[in-house]
Amino acid sequence: MPTYLDHAATTPIRPEVLRVYTEALKAVGNPSAVHRFGQDVRNQLEEARESLAKSVGANRSEIIFTSGGTESDNLAIKGLFWQRRQENGERAVIITSATEHHGVLDPIYWLEDHQGAEVALVPVDQRGVFDLDWLETFLKQESNRVALISLMWVNNETGVIADIPRITALAAEFGIPVHSDAVAAFGHVPIDFASSGLAAMSISAHKIGGPVGSGALVVGRSIKLTSLVHGGGQERGMRSGTMDAAGAAAFAVAADEAISELQAESERIENLSRRLIAGVGEIAPDALFSRADAPGLAATAHFTFPGCSADSMIFLLDAAGVSVSAGSACTAGVNRPSHVLLAMGRTEAEATGALRVTLGYTSTEADVDAFLSALPSVYAAAKKAGLPSK
Amino acid sequence: MKVLAAMSGGVDSAVAAARAVEAGHEVVGVHLALSRMPGTLRTGSRGCCTIEDSMDAQRAASVLGIPYYVWDFSERFKEEVVDEFIAEYEAGRTPNPCMRCNERIKFAALLEKALALGFDAVCTGHYATLQTDEAGNLELHRSNALAKDQSYVLGVLTEEQLKHSMFPLGASASKDLIRAEAEARGLSVANKPDSYDICFIPEGDTQDWIADKLGNQTGQIVDRAGNVLGSHEGSHGFTVGQRKGLSIGRPAADGRPRYVLEIRPKTNTVVVGPQAALAISEMAGTRYTWCGQAPKNTDGWAEILVQVRAHGDAIPAEFVIRDGEMVIRVKEPLLGVAPGQTAVLYLGTRVLGQTTIDRTVSAVPVETEFTVSA
Repeated sequence: MPTYLDHAATTPIRPEVLRVYTEALKAVGNPSAVHRFGQDVRNQLEEARESLAKSVGANRSEIIFTSGGTESDNLAIKGLFWQRRQENGERAVIITSATEHHGVLDPIYWLEDHQGAEVALVPVDQRGVFDLDWLETFLKQESNRVALISLMWVNNETGVIADIPRITALAAEFGIPVHSDAVAAFGHVPIDFASSGLAAMSISAHKIGGPVGSGALVVGRSIKLTSLVHGGGQERGMRSGTMDAAGAAAFAVAADEAISELQAESERIENLSRRLIAGVGEIAPDALFSRADAPGLAATAHFTFPGCSADSMIFLLDAAGVSVSAGSACTAGVNRPSHVLLAMGRTEAEATGALRVTLGYTSTEADVDAFLSALPSVYAAAKKAGLPSK
Repeated sequence: MKVLAAMSGGVDSAVAAARAVEAGHEVVGVHLALSRMPGTLRTGSRGCCTIEDSMDAQRAASVLGIPYYVWDFSERFKEEVVDEFIAEYEAGRTPNPCMRCNERIKFAALLEKALALGFDAVCTGHYATLQTDEAGNLELHRSNALAKDQSYVLGVLTEEQLKHSMFPLGASASKDLIRAEAEARGLSVANKPDSYDICFIPEGDTQDWIADKLGNQTGQIVDRAGNVLGSHEGSHGFTVGQRKGLSIGRPAADGRPRYVLEIRPKTNTVVVGPQAALAISEMAGTRYTWCGQAPKNTDGWAEILVQVRAHGDAIPAEFVIRDGEMVIRVKEPLLGVAPGQTAVLYLGTRVLGQTTIDRTVSAVPVETEFTVSA
């Protein structure tokens, strides 16, 4: 049986989630309908909202259900930008980093191209760690021009964990709302929205064993943002459209399971990860562990293999029955050098050899063994095949 | 055998891959990403650089039940095909980028990578046939579907490359049959239009694209005696044999149209003259290769057929290797040959070898031209 080690891309749906989800799909009734059918489905939706709120440490009214991480990012960034700009035309600057997910970067660059936004990038070091001293200096000089800050909690490619408390503390001094893409963080690191200081936070179900197509933006109660989708005014008027009660219920179950087992899982994954990273070091001594000694998610092991192309390694591993990735996938299925690695100062050639191995709740020692036993010949052949450039 | 099927997203490569699967090989489909910006070189249903094409290839692979990957060769493609294409134009030559792509990408970069990753051969949808002679040597021959024959663009392959090549469409009778076969196999690309354009030139307008890359610079249009007849906006905007767009006010003495005979990039000069002066009697190049076994003796003139463009006829000629140069003399004057083009030598249906043409010798001496037109 092939080994799946691409849990950061998506992770298997949890059996209990599948049961609740398919059961919930059978119910008829628009959650906004007044009659008993509508009320039943509405109850299901609101129970899910309450449960998910508990899992993220938020108030139930702070959960805005969406279709997933990318929609949540768009809603937070455009919504906050428009809102803040409308309140004060001077606020044109969006602070972010070049290592963000495209779900964050692309709406920001769209606002820059079409809506007069100015982008300020927090520098990152070789490990992908944000330079928060830079942020402090920048805010001291330019805070009255800043619309919002958007910095991810955990990087989806390298697994590096950001110092969210310091970011929100700095922003709070100047009254600037902070959004965080927590898609890679939620369910993997302890998160308490209430004490995080965040104005908004994106989360997604399918990264923690829920269904694809279900996500949420957690929005602080006092936070106003302009809606992207206009219609029936559902979800605090921030996200119109008939609510997906079954998806919400499934998301809530997945979150509840992930959070209750977080502590034990972290330790288990930590052990697997330690073996995996040490094994790679023995097989390919020249491979670089991308985030080095920076704090990071144990489940995410990201390397660059000098002189190898990710195309070759992924193909060979897949043929050997082990499925991993190079980072984020692009539309045409082409592995381009990752923008995250380039932002971390890697050359295009170095970034070409990127490999991301990610563990999840179904991962076992046998999975790690399968990867490590396939790697020596894969590494040798990929090295021989070399880089796509001359 | 472990076979890598290069899948462009077109019907030919899809059927070729299907036949390789059917022949019992272990086949993996690979689409070559050749554009730096996959989303921006959309050419509709044609070309080999679009997301649509990669999706079409993926669908075909999924119907065949084979694994499918997209491999990035965009950097190599830019260096070896696109940049060279521009440099050749800049040098006043008329390059064939598809040939370069076969020589440097499909049967070099891709093949080398495939071999390193454990494959035995690369399979493509080219119409050409591989045969073995009595001694067991590999030979490349024209396809049975003569109207679609693509042996010309494979003329650059060497013996070593032939050993690891597979052309399952070679023995097919026609493109229509291939389309019918694709239909029968449930491949949705069965009715996809053929591609004729250069895949990296979006609008199919080479002159505009080149002008955009190289910029404009005014130069002279002269006849072969050196008389200035007019001016132009950059010699790279012309190809030998071109008639239109010369904008010479004064007509030729004999009233006949003038054609581009030669491009001199160093002086940014375009030389024009009567169509008859386009005829060449000899062409030569130092960049020659043998497709399979090299001929035993190349010191004396040997009878062959020569073809100078993908869809042209092969005409009787003789060749010799002299001072490191392949010299080809045609029996009858030949029109429309420009430096940069490739001359492919045939022995009957067999591809013998090729050279990129560096220089040509006109069949009509300058004096004759002026005697005739006077």
